[in-house]
Amino acid sequence: MAPAPDTAKRLDTQVDGAYSIDVSNVDATVLMRITAMAFRHRWRMSVAVLTTILGGLFQLMVPQYLGQAVDQAQGLLRDAAAGVSDQSAAESALLTSALLLLGAAILRGVFTMMHNYQGEAVGQLIGYRLRLDYYRQLQRLSLSWHDRVHTGDLMTRGILDIEGVRLWVDTGILRSVLLTVLIGGGAVVLFRNDPVLACVALSFVPIVGIRASIARLKLRDTWILMQDKMSELTNVMEENLGGIRVVRAFAAQAFELGRYDRISEEALTIASRRVRLFVLSTTQMTFVYFLAMGLTLWVGGAKVAAGEISLGQLTEALAFMLILQMPVRQIGWMINSIARASTCGGRLFNVIDLEPSIADKPGAGDLVLTEGVVRFENVDFSYPSWAKDDRTLAGIDLEARPGKMIGIVGPPGSGKTTIAQLLGRYYDVTGGRITVDGQDIRDVTLASLRDTVAIVQQEPFLFTASIDHNVAYGDPWAGRSSIERSAQTAQLHNYIKALPNDYETLVGERGVSLSGGQRQRLSIARAILPDAKLLVLDDSTAAIDAATERRIRESLKDYTKERGVIVIAHRLSSLMHADEIVFLEAGRIVERGDHDSLMAAGGRYAQLYELQARTGAEPKTGAEPKTGGAS
Amino acid sequence: MNPVQSQQDATRRDGSGAETDRPPLAVVGSQISQDEELFGRAFDPWVIKRFMAYLAPYKRQLLIGLGCVLAFTLTQLTLPLLVRATIDHALADGADDLSLLQIFVVAFLGVVVLNYAANHFMETLIGKTAQRLLFDLRRAMYAHLQVVSLSFMDRTEVGRLMSRLQGDVNALQEFLESSIFAIGDLVLLVGIVIVLLSLDPALGGLTLSVLPLLLLVRIIWLPLARKAFMRAREASSTTNAALAENVHGIRAIQELRREAVNFELFEEKARENLDAHLAASRYTNVMVPIVDTLTGSAMAIVILIGGSMVLDNTLDVGVMVAFLFYVQRFFDPIRSLTLQYSIMQRAMAAGQRIFEVMDVEVEVQDAPDAEDPAEIDGAIEFRDVTFGYERGNPILRNITFKVQPGETVALVGPTGSGKTSTTALVHRFYDVWEGEVLVGGRDVRAVTQDSLGRHIAMVLQEPFLFSATIEENIRYAKTGSTRAQVEDAATAVGAHDFIMRLENGYDTMLDQRGSNLSLGQRQLISFARALLADAKILVLDEATASIDSYTELEIQRALARLLKDRTAMVIAHRLATIRGADRIIVLEGGEIVEQGSHDALMASGGLYARLYRMNYASFDDIPADEVAKAIASGERET
Repeated sequence: MAPAPDTAKRLDTQVDGAYSIDVSNVDATVLMRITAMAFRHRWRMSVAVLTTILGGLFQLMVPQYLGQAVDQAQGLLRDAAAGVSDQSAAESALLTSALLLLGAAILRGVFTMMHNYQGEAVGQLIGYRLRLDYYRQLQRLSLSWHDRVHTGDLMTRGILDIEGVRLWVDTGILRSVLLTVLIGGGAVVLFRNDPVLACVALSFVPIVGIRASIARLKLRDTWILMQDKMSELTNVMEENLGGIRVVRAFAAQAFELGRYDRISEEALTIASRRVRLFVLSTTQMTFVYFLAMGLTLWVGGAKVAAGEISLGQLTEALAFMLILQMPVRQIGWMINSIARASTCGGRLFNVIDLEPSIADKPGAGDLVLTEGVVRFENVDFSYPSWAKDDRTLAGIDLEARPGKMIGIVGPPGSGKTTIAQLLGRYYDVTGGRITVDGQDIRDVTLASLRDTVAIVQQEPFLFTASIDHNVAYGDPWAGRSSIERSAQTAQLHNYIKALPNDYETLVGERGVSLSGGQRQRLSIARAILPDAKLLVLDDSTAAIDAATERRIRESLKDYTKERGVIVIAHRLSSLMHADEIVFLEAGRIVERGDHDSLMAAGGRYAQLYELQARTGAEPKTGAEPKTGGAS
Repeated sequence: MNPVQSQQDATRRDGSGAETDRPPLAVVGSQISQDEELFGRAFDPWVIKRFMAYLAPYKRQLLIGLGCVLAFTLTQLTLPLLVRATIDHALADGADDLSLLQIFVVAFLGVVVLNYAANHFMETLIGKTAQRLLFDLRRAMYAHLQVVSLSFMDRTEVGRLMSRLQGDVNALQEFLESSIFAIGDLVLLVGIVIVLLSLDPALGGLTLSVLPLLLLVRIIWLPLARKAFMRAREASSTTNAALAENVHGIRAIQELRREAVNFELFEEKARENLDAHLAASRYTNVMVPIVDTLTGSAMAIVILIGGSMVLDNTLDVGVMVAFLFYVQRFFDPIRSLTLQYSIMQRAMAAGQRIFEVMDVEVEVQDAPDAEDPAEIDGAIEFRDVTFGYERGNPILRNITFKVQPGETVALVGPTGSGKTSTTALVHRFYDVWEGEVLVGGRDVRAVTQDSLGRHIAMVLQEPFLFSATIEENIRYAKTGSTRAQVEDAATAVGAHDFIMRLENGYDTMLDQRGSNLSLGQRQLISFARALLADAKILVLDEATASIDSYTELEIQRALARLLKDRTAMVIAHRLATIRGADRIIVLEGGEIVEQGSHDALMASGGLYARLYRMNYASFDDIPADEVAKAIASGERET
């Protein structure tokens, strides 16, 4: 894992870690950090840098041999005119130059190949490393953090930002080395030949450099703007297409197109600005470069005419400039890539450096299960201020043990779901403690705790995979028979058997689409497959009709004999059979007891019961289950 | 599903035990396979023709751009010739005339200025035009998707459409940009050949002899390399799919403790991605020394042969220098041109997909003489309607019924009985096969769709909210409404109180799909939206998921408010709603089996009474076998 640089650990509860990314100051740090990551691949990076230098040096030799050959050809011509010619000596000199040139070209090619390959390899290795770090980090960060960030944003970081960082090894680090060698080495050679000519030939370098750094800053700004606009446009399109029925129902196409056009126009304006900025900088750089070449021809020509330098030396200067043509053009790409790498790296490290607020204590051991008793001992809880959630819990005492069912009911916002969140330690209590067989859940590993507590959510996420993969998600080692048994318990087996590929049928976008109730049943099957000690159903039967729910409860009997069950629901028929029912209001338990005693007490529970009977939301909730239902 | 993957899965399921520590049933994101062609034919006249239509508005810019490309290329070709002229004429022995040098240098600078101008205009024009074209194309496709028939939208995933709107459109943009530059490259290549041959045919011919070799190497290399490139692309997309799963399913992953297993599987994918990219990189880079060797050879030929010719006085030394300059530029155009081939293949495949979408027929269209009634009376009538989504498989058969203005009718029936289709026809989401649907006494095909949108308010089962403020969401149907009207509507459905409790009240931004509100709250907002629309007719698909009783009560109240003074057609799930309706229409198998008030239907003891007595929360939830039994028992009785 890439180490965080210097600053104190930032917890994932910090809002800035999730939302805004200020990259204006982190520039240099980010680039240093990527460079450090690159040099961790010591061997490859050394080879890459070395071959870059060697490739550059051999490339520099090419103009020298060219100049030498021109001088040989011309010089011998003069000798011939003077009558001191030795034709065969001249030709062998030419042959030597040709062979040396060929040799230099081949070596340059081989070294450049190695430089390119190793550069790319290091980049890919960094990408690989970052990808794994990022993936693992997403797994580690607490759900409260995930709730606050946009999934699209996380995907952009995981795909485009990693790409931006990866590319920098070659386009940023190695290309700078190459450019330095070419310009530096060329300068030495040129100055040795003729200082004045060298100055003229290299006059474009500082101008290009200044131009490049100005363009770099501007391009980075527009890069960020453009990214934002495009993701806005994506959101608009995605929502429109997803909600196309609403759009049609209200004949809102014109409005929708207007919304699209506004953002699209803005994006186009930024895109045009980018083109303008980019073109301006690259073409000006090329222009300055060619101007310098013209000047070289002029000054050099005059010097040749004056006999100060040879024609070969002029050829050499010009050929050298020719070599620089591509790299100079690439400066445009280089600055773009630096801008990109620092932006992308900033965004990426921002996530990777976060510390999950919920994590194992140092040296935490696994939970040791004896009886399987889960206890809330005078638990207080309030969400941290960033969560913008004012629900609290106060003085909660609860005990769940195998064979016992607890029902939790209460108005919306009374804290029912919070109890489930605390049980899985997705948040930490702010007062009191939660224990499993006497061990505070903050003192044991998260892994062992979550193995012990299975929570079923109201809106389950199903994976785009076959049904058996989905049922066995929590225990991928499970055999077919236990998968089927779980599905049977969740009253889903018959439905699955009727599907074209039964358990191998795909669910999700490309497969069958399940109704809300079926999804909830699948998530119940998924939760009971691993051997957890406590099952928490967090409003996870709301979309299942009362009769099917009754059947599920019947078939869960064996399972619940050895396990505790906590049912959170607003439909009383889901939990009226519980051994203990607690009524939550504003985070406090205001009533507790079994159904009969609560009804007899005539308190809030009894009122709710009346209310449900009256709204008719449920048919005859009081009716006892008829034997077996159907089949 | 990817066949290779399913095969792997099969072997894993067999428990062959080859991979012992790998769970038999675990994959990450791999089943989202790429079943789309990445490359098509390099040239597809149909796609080109369609593409040309979008180019037409930019003909002028493109022609000027092309002219600039040619000017740019020609100036590039001229520069070495000027160097040659300088050397041979201004610097030749005995020609000590500096004025000639000055003339050539001025000419050189003139060409440089031309080169700069051409370069600048070319890059700007082409860059901007390509961007604009990309936006045009996307806009056209998006606008088309706003009107295509819903049956197309029903069977096409949003993700797939998004990849058309983004990836495929980008591929065409890349194609346009690179094509114009490719023309420049081609001209440069031809230009170099012509210049070399005309400067000195013998030396030119010899030097150019490496060109065919270069081409040959490139042609052998391309198919091999492409395979490696495709593998890399594939690896990227499966790795990203696995990442997407990790992002979207994180809750389930943490709850079910799949972190370790998933990480291991992801690592394999990331590793394959690494390997595939390194392999692709090897293919790219193996070309470097080959090209350098060949250009080196060409230069060696120039030095050796050209040098000897200079010695023999049969060649000017300046020509030799010009040759050396040209040789160094050989490979650039060849490289771009061979890469162009892949770009074209990709663009053709992308274009095929884009224009396929654009060609999806707009089945439901306003008739040329469609009326736009300002007021209607709110009656709905189905006359002998038969309708379905696929030929030969009608969902509704000979449906005839009438809803009087102000009446509330509940549609009831088991899943697949045709309730949703019936409500969709009222809004003319689809056209009937036979019969007619009348709204306000007019055939829905005789009025504009806009007018239907104005007179019919719809509430869908899943309340769909947009990422906008609450106010904007409520005002969605009537964008001109004032804040006061929005608040009135919210108050009427009982949503005002909870909205005011939110930090920013009506200005609260909703997250994706309104996920920062509860389901009940989302429903109330969609009610407010429908109420504000103030339409004569309300079509409502009641939510099936039960919500907490407190919100439930508010929703019932809001519903009563919404139904007041309106014609309503409700796909009812709550028994309270069903009982409260003026009339219940019972559908089964696409036909009306009975209709009447709750009491009348209960008394008649038909399908409705039998289903009702089964004691389910909603008729939709009754298992198929029980429905079959209820229907069968009805048949026995009759």
